[in-house]
Amino acid sequence: MAEVQLQGVSKSFKSTDAIIDISLDIPDGAFVVLLGPTGAGKTTTLRLIAGLEKADSGNILIGGENVNALTPAQRDVAMVFQQYSLYPHMSVRDNLAFPLRSPILKTPEDEIACKVQEVAEVLHIPHKLDNKATELSGGEMQRVSIGRALVRDPAIYLMDEPLSSLDAKLRTDLRVELKRIPAQLAATLLYVTHDQIEAMTMATHVGVLDEGRLVQFGTPREIYQNPRTAYVAARLGQPRINLLPVGLLDDGAPAGAAQVGLRPENIRQGSGRDATVIRVEHLGDQTRLHLKVADHDVITLTDPHTDLAPGQTIQIAPDNPVFFDAQGARIT
Amino acid sequence: MAEIVIKNVRKEFGDFVAVEESSFTIEDGEFFMLLGPSGCGKTTTLRMIAGLELPTSGEIILDGEESSQRPPSERDIAFVFQMFALYPHMNVRKNISYPLVSQGMPRAQVKAKVAEVARILGIEDILNRPVGGLSGGDRQRVALGRAIVREPKAFMMDEPLGALDAEFREHMAEELRALHDRMGATTVYVTHDQLEAMQMGDKIVVMNNAVIEQFGTPQEIYDAPATMFVADFIGSPSMNFLEFQGSLGAGSNTITLAGHDTAVPVLREAAQGDLVFGVRPEHIQLSTDGAYRAEVLATEYLGTTQIVTLNTSNGEVKARIASDQPAAVGETVGLEFNSRTITLFDKASGNALRSELNEGVLAHG
Repeated sequence: MAEVQLQGVSKSFKSTDAIIDISLDIPDGAFVVLLGPTGAGKTTTLRLIAGLEKADSGNILIGGENVNALTPAQRDVAMVFQQYSLYPHMSVRDNLAFPLRSPILKTPEDEIACKVQEVAEVLHIPHKLDNKATELSGGEMQRVSIGRALVRDPAIYLMDEPLSSLDAKLRTDLRVELKRIPAQLAATLLYVTHDQIEAMTMATHVGVLDEGRLVQFGTPREIYQNPRTAYVAARLGQPRINLLPVGLLDDGAPAGAAQVGLRPENIRQGSGRDATVIRVEHLGDQTRLHLKVADHDVITLTDPHTDLAPGQTIQIAPDNPVFFDAQGARIT
Repeated sequence: MAEIVIKNVRKEFGDFVAVEESSFTIEDGEFFMLLGPSGCGKTTTLRMIAGLELPTSGEIILDGEESSQRPPSERDIAFVFQMFALYPHMNVRKNISYPLVSQGMPRAQVKAKVAEVARILGIEDILNRPVGGLSGGDRQRVALGRAIVREPKAFMMDEPLGALDAEFREHMAEELRALHDRMGATTVYVTHDQLEAMQMGDKIVVMNNAVIEQFGTPQEIYDAPATMFVADFIGSPSMNFLEFQGSLGAGSNTITLAGHDTAVPVLREAAQGDLVFGVRPEHIQLSTDGAYRAEVLATEYLGTTQIVTLNTSNGEVKARIASDQPAAVGETVGLEFNSRTITLFDKASGNALRSELNEGVLAHG
């Protein structure tokens, strides 16, 4: 494993700027998650580090060494893709052993057996080792394809939304397993996703991407509690933060503020401005209250056994609001 | 707009039973969810309502008329698929007006209808654009527009948001629900995503292995699951199951979990042998001196809350607690359960034991 650094890296495809001047330090042993919607530049960043794309400018350093001129094979990275592709005619064991048997690595067979067993245990598939790859469920196939990266001992593991094609239940299970990997295998991981829960729960550091720019980098807690822009604030939290014009509620906004950010849990009921109940949404562990204040949608949380019904009017007031200027930058 | 009654409907494909005898009623104007894992029979059920499959036996009553053997064209139902197919050579307006033009509706009337649908969906400004250059969301809206414009009795939707990314899916889910609230059309919606079902549905049917496990409102199904399958499938993280052995009479209100007496809702039936104590993660509190001890294995930060994984003498347990409450990996803590919310199950059958918590819900399910 090793530290990976990006220094002022940019990349464009024809007229589209995919990555704009990104600088990023991935510390040794970290689990870094890049978060952003489709088209934010997440996958391009991964592919640049892997060497599958060439940067237009800037430097990429792996373990302190500049790898700009190196081929993917020379860079010593292992990548897991969104869609698993296994060798269908091989057993799980042979699929896992395959990367180690490559002519470059020439790993002795007893060492391979040992490594395959270790990785199978990390991913909870040791009982499936002798199954054919085609006899597995979707979740098991994706574990094998993650496992095929893990048997190697690269400078960094790069993972491109490996859980997005799985169902919700499996995603939850694999999230916990993936989170343990850096500690169990002493590895460094860079993981990209559009799923905020994956980012929040697994990452030691989250990088938020907005149209090719890295807008904030920090621990999940820092990013949730201290968003630098309105865009970042809207990436984390379920339901999403309410972004409202200044003055809609009695918010005491400072000069220059254009937008107020109010997390749903930071809305007090009982006093303040009138709000009309639009809908009560029961999600089991939380109950969301959809409100309209003047012409704006506001979402807050309420008691699961609330008597509120659509059409009723309640009063709401802000608690701990955050403020953003007209460009969306945080005002503190 | 119509009520849909499903009566003892069963579907076999050769030797394979896709849907066992099922009965439920979708009321006029309801947003109704068919929820379950892949292969559970939910899509087959939807296709039978639409007329794309014919049931082996049973009745499907649409708007008061038995329709189970009628062709789709006579059912007046609009179907929205996961992969929205638009006519690529036509512009948005032509795509939306196509179903009306092919019915032979006069042009002026088509124009008025399309304008109305475009206003409902907020796509008035793209009516004259070719569909090729549209964003995913706009394409989805056009596909919806084509379904809405016919004013069918009901809409069938088969995972219409399945192919979208998380952020956009959330947005479209809200939009679909708001659209439904404006139009009030009966909608049957198939999904494997429990959050989507909870979020959008007025009622949910949970299916597994061709069988209906439970039928009710989202809150009923969440608070009073009828089976261990439902308890496990709904909620994230799902309900914790702590196994224990016991012999309980009707009227009892405590059980013994690893030597500790724990309160539960008053039982309405007797049970013995291998039983399961079911508790939702948010109904577990961590305390310093609680008698039931557990070791913290992992914590997952989620903003206002965190999920703590604990090792107990009855197995692994997940608790959802406030994120400002300390929980350090490796430390031993006490667990307190919110006793009003506990569901007990018979381990062998997987069925919930009737209690004061769930008797009202299980009676009509």
